[in-house]
Amino acid sequence: MTTIPIDNIINELDLEVIYCGDNQNIDIVTSDVNRPGLQFAGFFDYFASERIQVLGKVEMTYLETMDPEVRQQQLEKFFQYDFPCLVITRNMEIPEYILELSKKYNRPLLRSSISTSNLTQKLINYLSSALAPKITRHGVLVDVYGVGVFIMGESGIGKSETALELIKRGHRLVADDAVEIKKVTDNRLIGEAPELIRHFMEIRGIGIIDIRAMYGVGAVINNKPLDIVIYLEFWDDNKEYDRLGLTEEYTEILGVKLPKIVVPVRPGRNLAIIIEVAARNWRLKRMGYNAAQELDNRLNALIQMNRE
Amino acid sequence: MLSKNFKIMHEDGLSARPAALFVQVASKFNSRIWVEVNSKKVNAKSIMGIISLSIGQDDEITVTAEGNDQEEAIEALTKLIDSNFSCIPNREQNGKHC
Repeated sequence: MTTIPIDNIINELDLEVIYCGDNQNIDIVTSDVNRPGLQFAGFFDYFASERIQVLGKVEMTYLETMDPEVRQQQLEKFFQYDFPCLVITRNMEIPEYILELSKKYNRPLLRSSISTSNLTQKLINYLSSALAPKITRHGVLVDVYGVGVFIMGESGIGKSETALELIKRGHRLVADDAVEIKKVTDNRLIGEAPELIRHFMEIRGIGIIDIRAMYGVGAVINNKPLDIVIYLEFWDDNKEYDRLGLTEEYTEILGVKLPKIVVPVRPGRNLAIIIEVAARNWRLKRMGYNAAQELDNRLNALIQMNRE
Repeated sequence: MLSKNFKIMHEDGLSARPAALFVQVASKFNSRIWVEVNSKKVNAKSIMGIISLSIGQDDEITVTAEGNDQEEAIEALTKLIDSNFSCIPNREQNGKHC
């Protein structure tokens, strides 16, 4: 369960507070919403009471057509469920019987000026983002030719310096050192910088620099989906590094699989150009062209021909 | 793996200078070291990471070290925090000069 301050929802979705009671926060587990028409009709099986309840024109009109006694009875039953809050759309007049029950059961009652389908969509978008699993990882996130490249590796390996070289070559910085990663859907991660340090960078020997002030607005971007992970490590003579690129390695962040490329670092190796090449190669692969595979195919064809 | 909780007494909290000292001390060790505040965890050897936590006075932090010199790392960081960022322990001296 996630707790969202009620003020955040109110501000984000531009809602009007009709009744808030002593609720400061909304406890919420799902980004779905429920329109309680069936519940008003008396059907409470599978009632999704953990969701935000949205009342549109249909529900309000239906309530008005009901016999006041039956209505009171159904609404009492409805309000006894522990739902997070009730939102009425289209700036509709709040009937006295709803306001009273909100107060009686201490359920936040909010109102929106937009249409129900519009609000539902916005609400789900907002909640999905607010409830998304989050993690802060050490590394640098750069946009290279539109590819979200997350550079990882031990402190002092040269991640920031590599990013600086990439920026100089016209690519864009998302976050240096601390990247907040959010899982927005099952297979999509979005990274951004914590607001305080956004577009700042630390370069050993120089100190803190402001990339936006130094290289301009074209050198930065606020957030970016992660596409590949480049892992920088000190060159280890005993380790075998990929020479072909026929097999792909993966790493997992928040349960999402990302292609991982281990790049050994040695003095004099131009890492920025290697990362540019990795990004280009990844794009080629996505478009269905695998250079290593292509060469292997040619080789196999030639061997076959020579045999015949 | 070794963990320890601290309360930051420095009146500026971990503003740029104390944060830089913290990172400077942490970077002297081979162990991987993290700082955690309110379930946000960053690399203790990264100045931008520490700054991004915006740790204020009286905030509680958890420092975790993992590696062959984890005890020494925690000890040195304890000295630094306990001295209110006035004593900078050296790896070799292990803070004996203060």
